[in-house]
Amino acid sequence: MALADLALNQPLPMQVTPADWPGGYWWHWLFFTVVIIAFVLIMVMGAIYLERRAMGRMQSRLGPNRTGPFGLLQPVADAVKVLLKENIVPATADKVVHWLAPVVSFAPVLMIFAVVPFQNGALLADLNIGILYVVAISSIATVGVFMAGWGSGNKYSLLGAMRNVAAVVSYEIPLVLAIVGVVIVSGSLSMNQIVAEQDIPYILVQPLGFLIFFIAACAEINRSPFDLMEADSELTAGFHTEYSGMKFAMFYLVEYAEAIAMSAIITTLFLSGWRGPWLPPWLWFIIKTFVVFFVMVWTRTTLPRVRIDQLMGLAWKFLFPLALINLFVTAIQVVVWPDISQWIFVIVNFAIAAVLILLWSKFFKLGQGRIEV
Amino acid sequence: MTTTREFTLKTEPFVLNIGPVHPSTHGVYRMRCTLDGEVVIDIEPIFGYLHRGIEKLAEERTYTGFIPLTDRLDYISPMSNNLGYCLAVEKLAGIKVPERAEYIRVIMAELQRLANHCVAIGSMLNDAGAYFTPFMYTFRERERIVDLFDMVCGQRLTYNYMRIGGVSQDIPAEFLPALQKLVDRLTRFIEEYENLLKLNEILLARAKGVGILEKDTAINCGISGPVARASGIKWDLRRNDPYSIYDRFEFDIPTCENGDCYDRYRVRIEEMRQSLRIIEQAMKQVPDGPVKADVPHLIRPPAGEAYAHIEAPKGELGYYIVSDNSIAPYRCHIRPTSLINLAALRQMVKGWKVADLIIIFGSIDITMGEVDR
Amino acid sequence: MKFERYGIGIIKGMVVTIKHLLRHPTVTQFPEQRLNISRRSRGNELIWSREKCTGCATCAKTCPQGAIEIVTSTNMAENKYDVETYRVDTGYCIQCGLCVEACPYDAIFMGYSYERAKYRRAELVQTNDDLLESPERPASGYFHPEIAEKLPRQTLLVEKIVEKRKKK
Repeated sequence: MALADLALNQPLPMQVTPADWPGGYWWHWLFFTVVIIAFVLIMVMGAIYLERRAMGRMQSRLGPNRTGPFGLLQPVADAVKVLLKENIVPATADKVVHWLAPVVSFAPVLMIFAVVPFQNGALLADLNIGILYVVAISSIATVGVFMAGWGSGNKYSLLGAMRNVAAVVSYEIPLVLAIVGVVIVSGSLSMNQIVAEQDIPYILVQPLGFLIFFIAACAEINRSPFDLMEADSELTAGFHTEYSGMKFAMFYLVEYAEAIAMSAIITTLFLSGWRGPWLPPWLWFIIKTFVVFFVMVWTRTTLPRVRIDQLMGLAWKFLFPLALINLFVTAIQVVVWPDISQWIFVIVNFAIAAVLILLWSKFFKLGQGRIEV
Repeated sequence: MTTTREFTLKTEPFVLNIGPVHPSTHGVYRMRCTLDGEVVIDIEPIFGYLHRGIEKLAEERTYTGFIPLTDRLDYISPMSNNLGYCLAVEKLAGIKVPERAEYIRVIMAELQRLANHCVAIGSMLNDAGAYFTPFMYTFRERERIVDLFDMVCGQRLTYNYMRIGGVSQDIPAEFLPALQKLVDRLTRFIEEYENLLKLNEILLARAKGVGILEKDTAINCGISGPVARASGIKWDLRRNDPYSIYDRFEFDIPTCENGDCYDRYRVRIEEMRQSLRIIEQAMKQVPDGPVKADVPHLIRPPAGEAYAHIEAPKGELGYYIVSDNSIAPYRCHIRPTSLINLAALRQMVKGWKVADLIIIFGSIDITMGEVDR
Repeated sequence: MKFERYGIGIIKGMVVTIKHLLRHPTVTQFPEQRLNISRRSRGNELIWSREKCTGCATCAKTCPQGAIEIVTSTNMAENKYDVETYRVDTGYCIQCGLCVEACPYDAIFMGYSYERAKYRRAELVQTNDDLLESPERPASGYFHPEIAEKLPRQTLLVEKIVEKRKKK
C-alpha cells in the first residue's frame, strides 16, 4: 500500500506524456482522441448487439440474426434507420435548449474515457485526480437530460426529466462513498495508480463497496430495474419523447455509452483493469468490460421495475447507511493495520458485508403505501 | 406585530387520459384518471371501443351458427365460452350429453384454464416491468397447449369445438399421449417459473399490499373468479354449483386472504396446478362412445328461457337464452365476467400511484372482447 | 421494499435466466424450416368437389356469415340440379367449418395451405373452378378422417425437448 508514501504535501507527479511517446504532447492527444471515439462507438455497437442477442437467448428466443452473418450488422441497420428519420421539433419547444440537450448529454460520456487506462500508462491524460474527474463529469450528463425535458415543451417530458434528476442526484452519494472506499484502500485518486495497486482485485477486498457501486451505477444510467424514466408500459414516455432522428440516436447512444463507461469504471476500480496473464492488456480490459455489461443485461432481463418512491427509498435508506459503514470500516482497517496482508481483509470484509446485508434487510422498510384520498 | 401565515402547498389535480391504445397488453380500454402529482384520486372508465353487437347478432344466427361468434367474446379462452353457451342451450332443450363428450369437454376446459392463466400471469408481470422475460416463458407454454387444440379442431384461436349435445369431432389417436407429455412438462415448468419470480423482492415490493380488494367490497360488486378467491371468498362454481361432471374429480380451491395483486398472482399459479390434477384424473377415466348426441344442426328448442353459468378462467361466465321455438334465439344475454370484475377497479386504485394503477389493472385479467361484446 | 429473503429471491431468478441462456431456443427459422400444421387445419380457402356436389345448398344455409352463394338450375332429364354458380367469398368466411360438417355428400373441404394471400380483394371471391382441389390447394382433414390419415404428422412443441441443448 502506498499510504505511507503519500504525505499530504507531496502529490505524485502528474504524467502528462509518457516518456517514450514519439512526437510529443499533441500527437499523443490526437491518437488517443481518435482511439477513444472509435472505441466508444464500436463498443456501443457491440454492446447493443450483445444485449439483444443475450437477452433473446435468455428469453428462449434468438436475437436478431438476419442482418449480416449472425446479425452482426443489426446495430448498423439501426443507426442507418434512425438517421434517415425526419427530425421533428415541436412548436412549443425551446429551440436552443432542445437542440443542445443531446450534445450536453453525450459529450461528458466521451470525456469519461479520457482517464480510463487501457494499458499500463496508456490513457489520454493520467490525471492524479482521475476518479474525482469521472464523478464530476458524469453529473453533467444529468443537466443534458433536464434540458431535454424542459426543451420539449411537454408537461410529461418535464415530469420524466425531473424524476430522472431526482434519482441521479440521490444515487450519486452512495456511488461516491463506494469509490472513496476503494480510494482509501489503494491510496490514490489516479485511475492508473488504482489499477497498479490491485494485486488482489478490489471486488474481493471491498465486496460491499462493489455491490453498492453496481446498484448505484445501474440507477445512474437508468437501466433496469431502475428504468422507469423510459418505461414502455408506464405512462410518461420519458424525456426523449419529442426527439426523433439524429437527436434520438444521440440519446440512444448515450444510454449504451454510459453503460459501457460505467462498466469500464467498474473494471478499473474493482476488477483490476487491464491486468491478467497471457493476453494483451487491452484485450483483457475489453473482455472484463463486456463481462460487467453482461451482468447488467442479465439483471435487466430478470428483474421487474421498481416504483419511483421505492427507488428513492432504496438510495437513502438502504445504500447510503451501508456505504457510510463500509467507508468507516475500511478507514479503520487501513489506518490501524497498514501492514497486514490484504487477504485477511478479504475475509473480514466478506463477513462484515454478509452481516450488514442481513441486518439491514431485516430493518429496511419502505413506509409509503396507499395514500388516503 | 404578529403575522400568522399558513404555508400550505396548494396543488391542483389534473386529468390524464390513459388512452384506448394501451402501452400494456390489455386491449382498447380508456381510463380518465384524476391525478394529484403521482397519486391517483379517481378514475373514470370509458369502454365500448370493441363493441360488435354480438348479442344482437345472436338473434340472426341459428343456435349452432352462433357458436363461432362465442369464440370471439373472450378470445383468450374460447373453449370456455363455447362450453357455457352449449350448456345453456342443452339446458333449454333438455339434451343429454354422452359420457365421452363430457370427459373431453372437461379436459378442454381445464387446458383452456391453463392457457388463459399463462397469458394473465405473463401480462401482469410484463406490466410490472420484467422486460418480457416471464411473458415469453408463459407464452412458450401456451404454445404447447394451443398445439394440442390445433390438433383437435384445426385452429389456434377460434376453436368452434363444442357443439350442442357434445363436441364436434373425436380426439385423434395421438392426443392422449401428447397430453401426458404436456402434463409432465407443465408440472416442471410451474416449479421453474416459481423460482423465477415468486420470492423476488422487487416483485414483492411492487405487488404485495398493492390494490387491496376487501372481501365485502368484492361480494358487493359481484366479483367472481381468481380475483374473488384472492380476497378470501371461497366460491368456485365447479364446487358450489357443479355443472358437467366436475363432481367426479378431486381438486382444491385455492384462496388467499389479503386480496392484493400478489395474491391474485398466487391464486392463478395454484389454479394451474389444480387444473393439471383434474386433467390427469380425467385422462385416465375417458370412456369410449359417441362424442355428440343425436341432435340436428338446425335445432329448435322449445319456448322458454335458461341460464347456464360456468367457471370460466376469468370468473363466472353466464349465458341467458330466451327461445321462442324458432331456429334462432329470441334473446341471448351474456354475463360478461371481465366487465363485472372491472367494476371494482375504481375502489382498488384510489390512493395508489400511476405505476400501481397499471399493475392492478393487469392483475384483474381483463379481455376487452368480453367487456364490450 | 422489504428484503424478506435477503436477496435470495433475486438470485434464484437470475439463476433461472442464466440456465435459459444455455438451452436451445424454441424458435424455428421460417422460411428455411417449416413446421407441419395440424391435419385438421381449417385453412383459408374452401375446396369444392364438382362431382359430389348436388346443389342442395345445405352449406349455404348453415354458414353463419352467408359467404356461400349457389345458383342452380333444374335438369329434368337426369332428375337433378345442375350447379351453375358456386361462389364463396373468402373475405367473409370466418373458417368455422360448419359448412363442412353440414354437407351430406362430402363435397366441400377446408383448405390445408396457409400462404394463400391475395393482392386484390376481388381475388378473394372464388367461383366454380377456382375452388377445385389442386396441388397448391390441398384439402385438409377437418371432419374427414380419411383425408387426415394421408397428411403428414403435425409437429408438436411439447415433443421438442428444450432442457438439453440440441446438437445440430
